[in-house]
Amino acid sequence: MSDTTTGETPGTVPSGDEDLGAAGSQLSTAPVETAVPGSFGGSRAPGAAGWLAWSGREALGWARWFWRQLTSMRVALLLLFLLSLGAVPGSLIPQTGSDALKVQDFRDAHTTLAPVYDELGLFHVYSSVWFSAIYILLFISLIGCIVPRTWQFVGQLRSRPPGAPRRLTRLPAYATWRTAASPDEVREAALKALRQRRFRTHSPKLSAPLEQGGAPTGDAVAAEKGYLREAGNLLFHVALIVLLVAFAWGQLYKTEGNKLVVEGDGFSNTLTQYDDFKSGNLFDDANLVPFSFDLKKFTGTYERTGPQKGTPRIYRADVDYSVGAEGGQRAGSISPNHPLEVGDARVYLVSHGYAPTVTVRDGKGKVVLHQAVPLLPMDPNVTSQGAIKVFDGYRSPQGRSEQLGFEAFFVPTFAGAGKGTMFSQFPALDFPVLAVTGYHGDLGVDAGVPQNVYQLDTKNLKQFKDAKGNIVKARLLPGETMKLPGGAGSITFDKDIKEWAGFQIVQQPGTDWALAGAVAAILGLAGSLFIQRRRVWVRAVEGADGVTVVEIAGLGRSESAKLPEEIGHLAALVHDRAPTHSDADPDREPDADTPAPVEGADTK
Amino acid sequence: MTPAATELATATNEHLAGISNTLVYSAMAVYTLAFFAYIAEWLFGSRSKVARTAAALTAQEGTAQGGAKAAPAVAVRSAGGTTVLERPEVVVRSAAGARDVPDGPGAHGGDAQGDLYGRIAVSLTVLAFLVELCGVVARAASVQRAPWGNMYEFNITFSTVAVGVYVTLLALKKNVRWLGLFLTTTVLLDLGLAVTVLYTASDQLVPALHSYWLYIHVSTAIFCGAVLYVGAVATLLYLFKDSYESKLQSGGRPGTFATSVLERLPASASLDKFAYRVNAAVFPLWTFTIIAGAIWAESAWGRYWGWDPKETWAFITWVAYACYLHARSTAGWKGRKAAYIALIAFGCWLFNYYGVNLFVGGKHSYAGV
Ligand code: HEM
Repeated sequence: MSDTTTGETPGTVPSGDEDLGAAGSQLSTAPVETAVPGSFGGSRAPGAAGWLAWSGREALGWARWFWRQLTSMRVALLLLFLLSLGAVPGSLIPQTGSDALKVQDFRDAHTTLAPVYDELGLFHVYSSVWFSAIYILLFISLIGCIVPRTWQFVGQLRSRPPGAPRRLTRLPAYATWRTAASPDEVREAALKALRQRRFRTHSPKLSAPLEQGGAPTGDAVAAEKGYLREAGNLLFHVALIVLLVAFAWGQLYKTEGNKLVVEGDGFSNTLTQYDDFKSGNLFDDANLVPFSFDLKKFTGTYERTGPQKGTPRIYRADVDYSVGAEGGQRAGSISPNHPLEVGDARVYLVSHGYAPTVTVRDGKGKVVLHQAVPLLPMDPNVTSQGAIKVFDGYRSPQGRSEQLGFEAFFVPTFAGAGKGTMFSQFPALDFPVLAVTGYHGDLGVDAGVPQNVYQLDTKNLKQFKDAKGNIVKARLLPGETMKLPGGAGSITFDKDIKEWAGFQIVQQPGTDWALAGAVAAILGLAGSLFIQRRRVWVRAVEGADGVTVVEIAGLGRSESAKLPEEIGHLAALVHDRAPTHSDADPDREPDADTPAPVEGADTK
Repeated sequence: MTPAATELATATNEHLAGISNTLVYSAMAVYTLAFFAYIAEWLFGSRSKVARTAAALTAQEGTAQGGAKAAPAVAVRSAGGTTVLERPEVVVRSAAGARDVPDGPGAHGGDAQGDLYGRIAVSLTVLAFLVELCGVVARAASVQRAPWGNMYEFNITFSTVAVGVYVTLLALKKNVRWLGLFLTTTVLLDLGLAVTVLYTASDQLVPALHSYWLYIHVSTAIFCGAVLYVGAVATLLYLFKDSYESKLQSGGRPGTFATSVLERLPASASLDKFAYRVNAAVFPLWTFTIIAGAIWAESAWGRYWGWDPKETWAFITWVAYACYLHARSTAGWKGRKAAYIALIAFGCWLFNYYGVNLFVGGKHSYAGV
C-alpha cells in the first residue's frame, strides 16, 4: 500500500495514513507503539565486566520497555477499563466508609464470606491496595504520556505545517480545476483565503523548494488549523491529574464528624466533643480548625397545604460562633445547602428533631433529672423515639439507690385521642404529645460497654407496673405528669420543648483545586472533542499546455463531514480569484495534468 | 390560607395530577399508533428490495481485482454561492480500507406508500411527543416542582426528552428516521413500566433536594441519557449492519429478513460515525453532569465525592465512555471492538438509572422508588 515512501518516518504515522508520509504524521501527539528488539543487552563480552555491562544494558532495556508499555495507549486503555471494573464491587458490597452498620450486619450474616472480603479489602474498596494500584498506575501512565506529548506539541507549534503529499487525490476531501491564472497568483489567493480563515499557513516561496525527503512540496501552500484541539486534550489530561491530586490530598487530611446540639448548648471543635469522628490517614489533632459555636435557635416552618405539605420552608439553625481561642462572637445561620464556613471547616445542618424537657422526681419530690432529652426522628413528620435515663441521685421508696429509665415516644402533632395511631401528622409543634413508660433497676452502664443513648438496655431493668400488674404508661400533654406506682416518684413533660440540630463538621482541604481541575477538564474536553485539527494544501502547477492546474485537498484527524464543506468554501474563495479556464477541454480529466504521476483507479 | 382556599388548592393539584395521567396515557396511545405506522412503513418498504450493498461490494471487488485501489466514493457538493455550476466540486474519499457502501434508503425502502406511512408515523410521533410534554408539565405543576422526584417522573421525563432528541435531529434534517421504530418501541416499554410498576402519587421532596445545582444536575443527566440512548441504538444497529456487510463481502447469503431490514439502514460506516458523534458530543456534558452532582453533594452532604452507589456508577459510566473514546481515537480499536465498549458503557448507564435505584439503594434513593 505504501508506494510513496518518500518522507515517511516509520512509526510516527497513525494507521490509516500510511501513504501520506509526513503530511499525515503528527496530526496529533498520540504515541505510537514501537517494536521491541529481541534482547536489550545485545552481545555479551566475556568476563565479569562484560557481564556487568550486559546486565546494565539489559536492565535499562527492560525498564525502558516497561515504561513504554505503561505509557502505551493499549495499557492506558486496559487500566481505564480495570478502573471502572474495580469500582463495581464497592457499589454492591457495603462499605465501612459510608455505612459501618451495614458492614456489621453483613459480617454477622456471612461469617464465611466476610473474612475473605476483609482479606481482599472489599469493605473499603476505594482505599484498598489494589484499587489504589490501578489508579496510581493509570496516573503514572498519564503523566508519562502527557509530558512527551506536550513537548511534541510545543515542537509542532514552533515548526511549520508539513508539506503536501505527492498525490493530493488520496486525501479525504479533494477539489481541482484548471485556470488561466498563474500558479503564483493562485498561491497568493490561497494564502489570502487561508489566512482569512485563520489557518497557520506556509507558502513555498518562504522555504526551500524541495524538503521533507524530496517530496514535491515546493509547489503547494500548506496550512493547518485547530491546534486548540491538541491544547484542549492536553489541558484535559493535566486537569485529571490536578483533580486526582486534590482528591487524594483531601482524603488524606480530611476529617468528618457529627454533633447533635440542643438549643442553648454549644460545640467547640475538639476531638472529645464529637459524637462520632472519622479522619484521613495523615490527619493530626492540630489540624482541627479552632472554632466554637452555640445553637441559639432552630427554626423550622413547613408547608401547610398542597402536595408539598410537610416540606420544610424555613429550616435553619441560628448560631453564635467564634473563631480561634478567644475570638469575638459572631452571629451566623446554617441551613441545608448553606453550610457555615470557618477556614477549611464547614458546618452542615444535617438533621433536626425535638428535645422535650422532662423533670423526674423521686418519691419525696426531689428533682433527680431536669433536662431537655433529644429524641430521634423516625419519619418526615418527626415522630420521635428515645430514652430518658436517670443514672444517679434516685432512691427508691425503699431507700435503695436505683437507676431509672423511660422509653419515650414523641409526636409534635398528635392525630387526636381515639384517632388510632400515635404517629405524627405534621412536623411542626402543633399538638405535641409525649408517651412514656418507666423502668427501674440497672441501666447497665457500668459494664463499660458504650451505650446507645437513644435506647434502653432492659436486661437488668424492671418495668413499673401498677397494683393489678398492668404496665404503667401515659400519653402526656405539655405540663402533665405521670405518677410512678407505689410512690416511686413522677415524670413531668414540661411545657418547654426544645429543638435540636444535628451538625456535620467537615474539613477537606483541596476542594477548590478539585473544582478548578474539574472546570479545566470540561473546557479541555470540549476543545478536544469539538475542535477539528486539519490540514489543507493548495497546489498550483502550470501544465504542458500553459494552463494552471489547481488542486486543493484537506486532511483531518478524524473523518468529519465538515472537512469537505470547508474545502468547498476554500475552493470557492480561491476560485473567485482564479476562475475556471473557459476553454479548458471539458472532457479532459483534470488528473491527466497533475505533475506527479497518478496510478490506480483515480485516473481510470 | 383559609381552609376553603386550602381545599381548593389541593383539589387543583389533584386535578392537575389527574390531567397529567390522562395526558401520559393519551401519549402512550398515540405512540402506539405511531408504532404501527412505523411497522407499516417497514412492511411496505420490504416490497422493493434493492441489493445495493451487495452490488456496491461486488463493484469494489471488481476494481480491486484489477490491481488498483477502490475508486473514491464520490459525493458531489455544491461549493456554495450562486454560480454553482462553475465552482469546483469536492470529491470525498473514505478512509483506506473502509467499505464503500451506500446508505440504505430508509425504512420505506423507496416505496411511495411506505414513505407515506413513514411520514404519518413521524407526525404521530411529534403529536405524541407534544402530548407527553404537556403531561410532564402538568405533573410538574401538580407537584409544584421539577418533575423528577421519583422514578415514575424520571421515566416520563426521560422518554419525552429522548423523543425530543429524535424530533430535533429530524428537524435538523439529519438522516435518522430509521430510528423511529426502535425509539417508539422502547418509549412504550419505558412508559408502560412507568405507569404500572413505578407509578408514585405526587409526593414531596426532601430538603436536601432543594438546590439549583440539583436542577442542573438532574436535567443534564436526563438529557445525556436520552442522547446516549440514541447513540446506543445506532451502535447496536451498526453491529448488525456490519456483520451483514462482511457476510456479503465474504460471499455469504444473509437471510431474507435480515436483508430486508438491514438493506434499508444506513451503511455500517455511517451508523458507526453517527454513533461516535452522538456519544462524543454528549461526553463533555456527561462530565459536567457528574461535576454538577459533586458540587451539589458538597453543599448538601458535606463531601463532593463519597463513593455512594449512584456516584460510583456515574463514574463507572464515565470511565467506560472514556474507554470508548480512547479506543476509537488512539488505540485504533475502530469498528466492532469499540462498539462493544460503547454498548457496555450504555449498559452501565442503564444500570445506574434503574439498577441502582431498584437493587442497591444508597443516599440517592429517597423518593420511595
Ligand atoms: C484518567 C484516565 C483518562 C481519561 C478519562 C482519558 C480521557 C480521554 C478522552 C475523553 C479523550 C478524548 C478522545 C477523543 O479525542 O476522541 C482522550 C484522548 C487521548 N488520551 Fe486520554 N484519558 C485518560 C488517560 C490517558 C492516558 C493514561 C494516556 C496516555 C497513555 C492518554 C492519552 C490520550 C491521547 C494520546 C489522546 C488522544 C489525543 C488526540 O486525539 O489527539 N489518556 N483521553
